[in-house]
Amino acid sequence: MEGEVHNMTRKQSVKEGVMTGLPIMFGYLPIAITYGVLANQIGMSMGEIVFMSVAVYAGASQFMAVNMIALGTGALEIILATFVLNFRHFILNLSILNTWRPLNLKWKIPLSLGVTDETFAVASMNKERAKEAHAGMFYTALLLVAYVSWVVGSFIGVLLGEVIPPALSQSMGIALYAMFIALLIPSVKKERRVGLIAIVAMFIHFICIQLGMSTGWAIIMGTIFGAGLGIVLFPREEASV
Amino acid sequence: MIFLLIIGMSLVTLLPRLIPVFILEKLEFKPWVNRWLQAIPYAALGALIFPGILSVEPDRPYFGLIGGLVAVLLAWIGINIVLVVIGAIATVFLLTIFIPM
Repeated sequence: MEGEVHNMTRKQSVKEGVMTGLPIMFGYLPIAITYGVLANQIGMSMGEIVFMSVAVYAGASQFMAVNMIALGTGALEIILATFVLNFRHFILNLSILNTWRPLNLKWKIPLSLGVTDETFAVASMNKERAKEAHAGMFYTALLLVAYVSWVVGSFIGVLLGEVIPPALSQSMGIALYAMFIALLIPSVKKERRVGLIAIVAMFIHFICIQLGMSTGWAIIMGTIFGAGLGIVLFPREEASV
Repeated sequence: MIFLLIIGMSLVTLLPRLIPVFILEKLEFKPWVNRWLQAIPYAALGALIFPGILSVEPDRPYFGLIGGLVAVLLAWIGINIVLVVIGAIATVFLLTIFIPM
């Protein structure tokens, strides 16, 4: 009897993780398909295209790599640019893993590899789940929905990319931004200082770009220093997550 | 050749994702560090939204801006996140149709 109840809640956690991850799927599929189409156009093979999505799993850097491969850039330069663009995950993972402290190491190692801008944002806005009994199940389901969408989307892109009308796939570019906005707004409604942190981070990113910094570094600067405002703005008493 | 390149890209992406796991196993943070880490999601969302949203349609940056404002409006009235995304896509799609280059 007890085992049955245990199973039910576990199943429930997985189901809710999948449901929470669905918006990411909507955002990822069109973008992954676009990646598949572009990579196919510059002559990468199906195997290479899908392998990059499986092994790198970082959208912006994959688009950048396709671009650089097409231009005939050297491998070392592409790898260095990938490192710079993706280093923000280091900061994001410090933050999310701090909320995942209740989870066992066997969950945290695979979960850390599935953190992207999008899964980070959605998981962070559901951080109270980390204290639940089957938190590992919930977050793994959430991150897997995103990962599978990304890989399958790249595959579909190679297969039938040309079928999608350009005007529509272009308009899909707004999808992830809209998702970020939809994740941010409820927190801003609850606490205005959260909105201030976000606006300062936008401003820092913008200034860094004006100063000639690359997008990768500009996002890192905006995130690190924008969040610095939280040290002053967030209440001291409830400091521990 | 491209496979080796992808493995290199994979390693430099994987390590920054993985290393924080072991840093956090070793360290307990001071309260101010915890407050900083708590603020990261909001700062990251801000830095990811703008100015990137201007490049949705690179030749007409206001397309992304209008799509974003529609998303803010829809999210503010509290509708489901999937509908917010669909609403923003529809907005940019209509702009592309009715305001050709």
